[in-house]
Amino acid sequence: MIDRLGPPVQRRAYGRGGINRVTSPWRANSVHYISILIGSLLPLFALADVMPIMPPVGYITFLAWRMMRPGLLPLWVGVPLGAFDDLFSGQPFGSAILLWSVTMIVLEMIETRFPWRGFWQDWFTAGLGIALYIVAAMVVSGATLTVSLALAIVPQVVLSVLLYPLFARAIAWLDRFRLSRSRRIG
Amino acid sequence: MAPPSSRRSGFSKKQQYSVFTGYLLATLGALLGLGLLALSLWQPSTFQPLRGGATDIAAPVGEASATVRTGNASIWENLSGFWRAGSQNAALRREVEVARIRIAEAEAVEAENRRLKALLGLATEQGDTIATTRLVGSSSSSARRFAYIGVGSSDGVEIGMPIHSERGVIGRVLETSRGSSRVLLLTDTESVLPVRRASDQTVAFAEGRGDGLLRIRLINLGLNPLEVGDVFVTSGAGGYYRPGVAVAVLSEITADGGIAQLIAEPSATNFVVVEPIYEPAAVEASGVRERDELNDEELAN
Repeated sequence: MIDRLGPPVQRRAYGRGGINRVTSPWRANSVHYISILIGSLLPLFALADVMPIMPPVGYITFLAWRMMRPGLLPLWVGVPLGAFDDLFSGQPFGSAILLWSVTMIVLEMIETRFPWRGFWQDWFTAGLGIALYIVAAMVVSGATLTVSLALAIVPQVVLSVLLYPLFARAIAWLDRFRLSRSRRIG
Repeated sequence: MAPPSSRRSGFSKKQQYSVFTGYLLATLGALLGLGLLALSLWQPSTFQPLRGGATDIAAPVGEASATVRTGNASIWENLSGFWRAGSQNAALRREVEVARIRIAEAEAVEAENRRLKALLGLATEQGDTIATTRLVGSSSSSARRFAYIGVGSSDGVEIGMPIHSERGVIGRVLETSRGSSRVLLLTDTESVLPVRRASDQTVAFAEGRGDGLLRIRLINLGLNPLEVGDVFVTSGAGGYYRPGVAVAVLSEITADGGIAQLIAEPSATNFVVVEPIYEPAAVEASGVRERDELNDEELAN
């Protein structure tokens, strides 16, 4: 547990001075969940009448956390987080529970297969995951599947895949905040 | 970056079990999701109270974002006009656009009046509005086209009520909870609306295509009388929408009708009006039963 909360890191990243640096356990254990929940809420407030244009922010945040910090989110976390996402996404209840859980399992398998990764491989994996997620979500959404509907999700897929590195950057910043020094002892 | 070594289970039995339990729980979670998904596709209203409660909580935030959004929209319009007197230009253009729709609707009313006079003595009554509200959100990342409004069953909103903006039809209420409701927009693939051409009595169905356009399917097949630019209004058939409200403008002609563009774009509206169901009596009087089976009396005869 200790190395999970405070993994070996570069000293300067988390505030000046390497010694005497205590992370807040509340922050270290909650920032990732809160950011994913907020991500799930965000598309609700954008008004898209024509076609799905907003990237699935909740899912991308979730995916980015999983890619950035393997092992931080437990494997079964797709159930509660997916259930929350389903409440606001307009999808039939259960679709995100299923797809997010499957994502966790598949990423775990990919990781055992290819343990060493880099920026491009991460982007490729995440992009593939996002594209498959959007298509799968369309299939299970209960809408009548037509060619025009399939064409309508293309801009959303492209936008989401292109935005992933930005999300990864934002998650990295949140991770730094999560593990930054909260108080000085003595 | 390689995954942290702490996740390798090694020889520790405890670690091995916890990794195994993780996989087990994740698989069970996926199966649970599959079950819930099948249930909610089979019975879409099963989780409505849950979803409605969640939307009730989120709706006030949506009110705030709706206010900001309309502010943004007007700024954008101002910018898109000429920078000198841009705001005036945008406002006038909007007014002309509304006026054009009004003319088309007036034509529709005129045509309807003629028809009614022909039928003699059949009066339509126009109901009051139930509530005026804003669209507080939408399912903007899903393939379905839902919007949420900030009024619910406590304001008298019921399932099936039509939603109008000042330009025309937006959609109808699909689910209600205490303080918010879910609206099926016209562009959703499951939305079908009976319409007619504003200038005459050509009746058709307007179906959503899921990509922002409506597909107009003529009921009477044969020679396609439609032309690009035809305005379609609600026909009042089916009983949900009152007749003569603007719906769409035809932009393309196909073999069995055409492709039409929405007149009332939900994202461009400021306020929307919830109207009562036009004539539930008409639906009841038409004698359509949910399942068309003979009852005992009819079988006895």
